[in-house]
Amino acid sequence: MRRLLPYLKPYLLWFVALVALVYGQVQATLSLPDYMADIVNKGIVGADTNYILRTGVVMLAVTLFGGLCTIGVGFTASRIATGFVRRLRIGLFTQVENFSLHEFNTFSTASLITRATNDMQQLQQTLVLLLRMALIAPFTGVGAIIKAYQLSPQMSWIMAVSIAVLVAIIVVLFTIVVPKFKQIQKLVDRLSLVTREMLTGIRVIRAFHKESSEEQKFDEANRQSVALNLFVNRAMIILQPTMMLILSMTSLAIVWVGAQYIDTGALQLGSLLAFMQYSAQAVGSFLMLSFIFILAPRALVSAGRVSEVLSSKSSIQDPIHPKSIPASGKGKIEFKDVSFDYQESKEPVLSHISFTAEPGQTTAIVGGTGSGKSTLINLIPRLYDASEGVILIDGVDIRNATQADIRSRIGYAAQKATLFSGTITNNISYATKLAKSRIIEAAKVAQADEFIQNLPDKYNEQVARGGSNLSGGQKQRISIARAIAKKPAVYLFDDSFSALDMKTDAALRQALAKETKEKTVIIVAQRISSIMHAEQIIVLDNGRIVDRGTHQTLLHSSKVYREIAESQLSAKELSESTS
Amino acid sequence: MKPNTPAPTRPVGFGGGPGAARGMMGGPVQKPKNFKKTLITIGGYLEQYRFKLIVVVVFAIISTVFMIVSPRILGNMTNDIVNGYINGQAYDKVIATLPKGASLPAGTTGATILDHLTPTDRAKIPTKQQDNLKSIDFSKGRPEIDYHAIMILGLWLIGLYVISSLFSYLQGWIMTSVTQNLVYRLRRNISLKINRMPLGYFDHHPYGEVISRVTNDIDTIGQSLNQSVTQIITSIVTIIGITIMMLTISWELTVVAILVLPLSFGFTIFIVKKSQGYFMGQQKSLGELDGHVEEMFSGHIAMRTYSGEAQSIKTFSVTNQKLFENGWKAQFMSGLMMPIMQFISNLGLVGVAVTGGWLAVNGRIGIGDIQAFIQYMNQFTQPVLQTAGVANVMQVTVAAAERVFEFLDEPEEVPDTSTETLPLPIKGAVQFSDVNFSYVPEKPIIQDFNAEIKPGQNVAIVGPTGAGKTTIVNLLMRFYDINSGTIKIDGIDSSKLARSDVRQLFGMVLQDTWLFNGTIAHNIAYGRKNATKQEVVAAAKSAHADHFIRTLPKGYDTILGEETDNISAGEKQLLTIARAMLANAPMLILDEATSSVDTRTEALIQKAMERLTQNRTSFVIAHRLSTIRKADLILVMKSGNIIEQGTHDQLIKANGFYSSLYSSQFTDAIEQVE
Repeated sequence: MRRLLPYLKPYLLWFVALVALVYGQVQATLSLPDYMADIVNKGIVGADTNYILRTGVVMLAVTLFGGLCTIGVGFTASRIATGFVRRLRIGLFTQVENFSLHEFNTFSTASLITRATNDMQQLQQTLVLLLRMALIAPFTGVGAIIKAYQLSPQMSWIMAVSIAVLVAIIVVLFTIVVPKFKQIQKLVDRLSLVTREMLTGIRVIRAFHKESSEEQKFDEANRQSVALNLFVNRAMIILQPTMMLILSMTSLAIVWVGAQYIDTGALQLGSLLAFMQYSAQAVGSFLMLSFIFILAPRALVSAGRVSEVLSSKSSIQDPIHPKSIPASGKGKIEFKDVSFDYQESKEPVLSHISFTAEPGQTTAIVGGTGSGKSTLINLIPRLYDASEGVILIDGVDIRNATQADIRSRIGYAAQKATLFSGTITNNISYATKLAKSRIIEAAKVAQADEFIQNLPDKYNEQVARGGSNLSGGQKQRISIARAIAKKPAVYLFDDSFSALDMKTDAALRQALAKETKEKTVIIVAQRISSIMHAEQIIVLDNGRIVDRGTHQTLLHSSKVYREIAESQLSAKELSESTS
Repeated sequence: MKPNTPAPTRPVGFGGGPGAARGMMGGPVQKPKNFKKTLITIGGYLEQYRFKLIVVVVFAIISTVFMIVSPRILGNMTNDIVNGYINGQAYDKVIATLPKGASLPAGTTGATILDHLTPTDRAKIPTKQQDNLKSIDFSKGRPEIDYHAIMILGLWLIGLYVISSLFSYLQGWIMTSVTQNLVYRLRRNISLKINRMPLGYFDHHPYGEVISRVTNDIDTIGQSLNQSVTQIITSIVTIIGITIMMLTISWELTVVAILVLPLSFGFTIFIVKKSQGYFMGQQKSLGELDGHVEEMFSGHIAMRTYSGEAQSIKTFSVTNQKLFENGWKAQFMSGLMMPIMQFISNLGLVGVAVTGGWLAVNGRIGIGDIQAFIQYMNQFTQPVLQTAGVANVMQVTVAAAERVFEFLDEPEEVPDTSTETLPLPIKGAVQFSDVNFSYVPEKPIIQDFNAEIKPGQNVAIVGPTGAGKTTIVNLLMRFYDINSGTIKIDGIDSSKLARSDVRQLFGMVLQDTWLFNGTIAHNIAYGRKNATKQEVVAAAKSAHADHFIRTLPKGYDTILGEETDNISAGEKQLLTIARAMLANAPMLILDEATSSVDTRTEALIQKAMERLTQNRTSFVIAHRLSTIRKADLILVMKSGNIIEQGTHDQLIKANGFYSSLYSSQFTDAIEQVE
């Protein structure tokens, strides 16, 4: 939690102002009953109409002052809460943008998204409420008790009793109910799980004619949820009538007991009325305090989750004295005895990988799912660091170069083509500004120009979030164009032709060959036809290089390669050819 | 299949929840399309609780009325004390004016004493008090506070308080059971409805929509109905009751108090209008910001490899700043409501105090009356605001209810008209004659399709992705009904059979491997009730699944979905094969696509499928050349239509679509291998 304090620091003065304003507000609220008492004691009993009027004017001024303070409290509270969360948001976002894939795996992408969105919003909302209430409640409570005590120490026991009863009821109620809230959430999750199953499995359920057993399962979850809700609701609605009862009984007790003190002259009439109001204020502030005890833990949970992200540093950092990759470098990539394992897994994902990808050549990597192909590719731009061994670009160990330097050499396209919302132009020249001609040229090589020209706004067509308005093949081609437009020394294609039909695939590879004549190309592919012509094919199995060679030699020498090749001589190609 | 975006579930909290809070606070509210119709439907659902609801209304009224009466009684109590006290003081003053040692003759009333006073002394005593004093018999000693009368009033009050609280609680108790029962019924109706819906509905409606109705919308209905019904009743009764009570105390004070109301209303409307814009702005920037976060975190690899950090963070900052600007204003504006209302009600209070003080000095009202009046005023603003808020809460509720009813009112599958049953044993002959089908009327998909499949034959369905290969599955299983023509099974029109009977004829292994949240054993036994443990294991063995199941920590008792993300897609498929094995249906529908499966598991799946199809009529969505070549009939599909059919050799000879694809794309690779 200490992680969050620096983000609060700029608001120190604001916070002082908040405390001052709260103090003003509370003072105003607390002084009103006093004036009320004066009106009764001196004005009414003393039959002094002028006094009543004068006090009335003073009360108006006090009320106005209190109101202004409250508005000030609202203002500072919203500024502090939203401002603090704004800083926290940008801090967390910047942190995550610099995470390596390792942190993404530890937290999971979904959890990082929730932390950056829901948790932040939750934090902001509770913080505003807390800032408004957390100070006012104790200030008012303590102030009202002191005031009441000053008025009539003999009657303060009434207040003590009613506050004790109130606190006891709240404590008992909350210890019973609060744990149930979690259970309710679980049952809600259970209900949506069952509903989701009924929907995703609708074909299987109907095929097996199991509708009634699914309905039964749903009914059970439904019943449990309703039963628990019934209990919790019935417990919670005790609060309101009980509060009313306590308040009313307190007033009654004060009048009753107070009557005797008035009779003996120990208490003035107006003070009796003031005492009643103070006790109502005290009880009210204790009620408010109990809400804080419900709100605060929620904010704390969110704060904890945010602070977890803030306190984990990217495991990949730039060296303090970086070496630069020679500008004239052609992009030669060398793997020297590289191994890689995720910290939590027992089996290494890659073990003892050594190979060289020469400029002007295509190096292909094939292997089954889980053989470590993508991991191998991800090591080159330092998305992960190798656990053992060295990776060199143009003779420079990538751990000695800055990440920006490494990545400036690399054009990368993945199977799951990532497009960002924005125009097609912006996507192809992502994070840079390239000449229009260069963008179109790249799109032509990637076989994307034709379909882009057919879009209503051509290169200015807006790509929807996640690229949902384009087909898988179109997205892949744009992401390939992005790699080409960069004119890098090294091309990494991680199964990025998978959604293309055969014809486009062939045309693309032909055009690409011209573009990459002098460059280093590393391709991961499922499809044998995509890599048949590579100068070097590396066969991975369970994270090890089992064979290497050309298509021709491997067909004869490599069992794994032949297995893969054979399994592909299926209608799969046929099925993907026209999409 | 469909993207399974998790339904946003709302944290359950204290009190109303965001819906109700939003209603009060003037955030953007989704408006129902047909308010009246939905309200009538809700009314229909509430019909069966008529008696309980009447009790709720009566109890709420009783509780509120008792609550309203009590400040007046407490005020009278104060009045008694004040009178006793003041009379005592007056007595002291009068006695002080008498010469020392003088005693009052019996029967001396205040009136006699007042007559004896000098006019200057007399002027010091207010007229109302003089009237009071006149009737008091001073000879009986110093007048005291009437503790007996106070005690009786006090006991009355205790009774009123207790009864009011009790009725308030009972009312809530009953109302809770009504709303929870309603929630239960609505959910149940949705779950039953899901199973009666035609599958086509879910092609156009994401699952998340339905799930959100089951959870969020119905929760909203339950919570806000509970609140708003009670609130409307108590608020209205309170407003009327308090106005009456105020008037009985003093019409002048009531005028002062009510004068303040338009001020409150004016400010409320002003603030709600003002803050709504900021709330919408906040919502919009929040959506943008969340979208950006999601986009960038999901595209992290691409962003990193192209060094897009700076650009991404800049975009984020700009939106974040916008969110901040709108956010703090929205927060501030909505926070203004309370202090301003407080200020206005304090204004009223001061007004009442001054006016009341003046009236009291003139003896027109007692101090207890002022006290009671102030209590009333404090209770007045809240119900007025609540009634204003209820309108919003109602809109949220009705909008939620409308979404639920919309789903419940969707047209259902045509009910079964099962006039025939299949003769046993089932042979597995399938005949398509002149079958026409379309998902949407304007776009015919299958036209005049004819085919005859003999018992035990293998049918391969071939075509590019998106060609509609699953359409055949949908028609065979009667997930969709054909527009015209017939599909006969063993000579009997399948539309004349019960849907469940048709479906039980087929074992299904689809690429979308649906397994439910339960143990592996239960999942395998899904298709056959009362399957023994041995049968389950036998099925798993012949599906080559037994080995990997045994490597799991809990074996067959491993719960899928919760404990196991370590079951791969291929292993899941083996489980569905085992499930189909155990169900032992006379015919089969298989999907061969195994794109995300490693080579070894793929080989196992292949073997298991081969075993499954032996001697059974089977329809295979085929991806393997070997399967296609062996097939007794190949159906070639393209953009939804079956454009060719025949055996491999026939189709090659026919020199059509199949043959062109086959020759252009496979020869090259095949020659290299063979």
